[in-house]
Amino acid sequence: MMFAIGQLAYIVASVCFIFALHWMNTPATARKGVYAGVAGTTIAVVVTWAEPTVIHHVWIVLAIAAGFVVGVPLSMVPLTAVPQRTALSHAFGGLAAGLVGSAEYYLQVSENPGNLTAFRMVALIAEVILGYLTFTGSLMAAGKLQEVKWIPQRPVTYPLQNVINLLLIGVALALGAALTLHPTAGWAPALFPVVIVLALLFGILLIIPIGGADMPTVIAILNSYAGLSAVAMGFVLDSKLLITAGALDGTSGLILAIIMCKAMNRSFTNVLFGAFGQVQQAKAAGEQKVYKPETPEGAAQILDQSSLVVIIPGYGMAVAQAQHKVRELYDQLKKRGITVKFAIHPVAGRMPGHMNVLLAEADIPYTDLVEMDDINRDMPQADVALVVGANDVVNPAARSDKASPIYGMPIIDADKARTVFAIKRSKNPGFAGIDNELYFSDRTWMLFGDAKNVIGELVKELAGGSGMH
Amino acid sequence: MDFWATLYVFVLASFIGLGVIRKVSRLLYTPLMSLTNAISAIAVVGSILVTGGDYPLRIRVLGAIALFASMTNIVSGFLITNRMLKMFKTGDHRGDPSTSSGSSQARSRGDGNRS
Repeated sequence: MMFAIGQLAYIVASVCFIFALHWMNTPATARKGVYAGVAGTTIAVVVTWAEPTVIHHVWIVLAIAAGFVVGVPLSMVPLTAVPQRTALSHAFGGLAAGLVGSAEYYLQVSENPGNLTAFRMVALIAEVILGYLTFTGSLMAAGKLQEVKWIPQRPVTYPLQNVINLLLIGVALALGAALTLHPTAGWAPALFPVVIVLALLFGILLIIPIGGADMPTVIAILNSYAGLSAVAMGFVLDSKLLITAGALDGTSGLILAIIMCKAMNRSFTNVLFGAFGQVQQAKAAGEQKVYKPETPEGAAQILDQSSLVVIIPGYGMAVAQAQHKVRELYDQLKKRGITVKFAIHPVAGRMPGHMNVLLAEADIPYTDLVEMDDINRDMPQADVALVVGANDVVNPAARSDKASPIYGMPIIDADKARTVFAIKRSKNPGFAGIDNELYFSDRTWMLFGDAKNVIGELVKELAGGSGMH
Repeated sequence: MDFWATLYVFVLASFIGLGVIRKVSRLLYTPLMSLTNAISAIAVVGSILVTGGDYPLRIRVLGAIALFASMTNIVSGFLITNRMLKMFKTGDHRGDPSTSSGSSQARSRGDGNRS
């Protein structure tokens, strides 16, 4: 009877999770999704805790309390820090899977060696390798995103990098296979930690060569790994709830990673093993290109006379924390009856959907956030394209220059607007180290300075000028 | 343990995942990530069994650390998802003086000023 109730509860929890994701299909119902998720989790935790084999409660209470103590502050980070929080949570997910896998192995070896069937060992090894590599890989990603000092921001490459990585994971898999064949041999419990160490090392080395512009894809891939490690745990523990929840997480990460890759016109292998973000050797410039600078006064005048303004945000907006100033600019333009749209490139920022969240935080209606494909149709009608901290996603070289590393990447056609204003902190090239010919186009004027300050100036000009109308 | 039944569940659940996730609004990819992360932290049930079982101490220590890690993901994942989703409004709701969204915005503005 208890068994039936427990199983039924797990089914209900699984259904809750599926509904949680289903309700994410529109912002209008999305919050219901959170409640469904909380309900499913609560049901599953309570039912599991009530199992007769669970007899020590103090540690459970302490660990849950500690989870709240750390989890609540982590949920209150500024939205610009959401990518690193997400990476950190993948690290926690991987760690949990790795630890439970390790505990399960040592438990079965000493108590029920018969339980270590080949199938369960395969699942266990998968759980442990995926879990630990996700742990260190995500920590590295979080460190890079947080710009921790001793973790290099720029991609680190060295000779035979990919060979060494593949060798490392190959050895780990081979040792895993040996453990699967002889899980209870005398040497097995000593070999197990070696697999763990190799997985930990592989996670670090996998992320070292990856640069900031590739983070959206990498975070999505790590998300998928974290989900798959939960699936493997489900196989080990024979829990269909875990398998379902892990599969939902795994496929979600996978789909996001595919979308990110498509938005950069690159393949998985290229992202993971291509070391894209290396500084490109500057081409010997035959002619010195010159930027045409513009003052906020001049830019404000042109904005004032437009009827359609498209704002193209990028990671620079997040760095400068400029989203609230952007909202003030949006209000100023709206007040004049000007249509303002935001053009969102799928890989703008450091994680999928990063720009949407930042702009929503600044209280900009999500109905004005437009996807790349839709906005590109309107770009020729735009009077002004205002580029705020975006670079590679508006670089026309992606369309025309076969030699460019971003050739073939779909971009937002900022250059088709009548006038382009680009806000740029300095005259250096962008994150990928590629020159942006948009900045040298006849229609483009540069506004140099911190995005927050420059937009603040524009708002001041517009607000001051509005009295004269 | 029924190997085939669990594999069956995995394959079917993956297809449900593909179907459901593909329809998720592109606006919500960031909250989607934190939500799926919180959901997959249901691995907490595994840690509860290991931590609370009648097992040797070192096993239960591993379980307790895993339990802490999963619980952190559950708590922070659901809270931050909810916090982000609250911010998504249509034009009609703008200026809606709902106190909760007002306070979260005031807080994030404070963060912005600090840096």
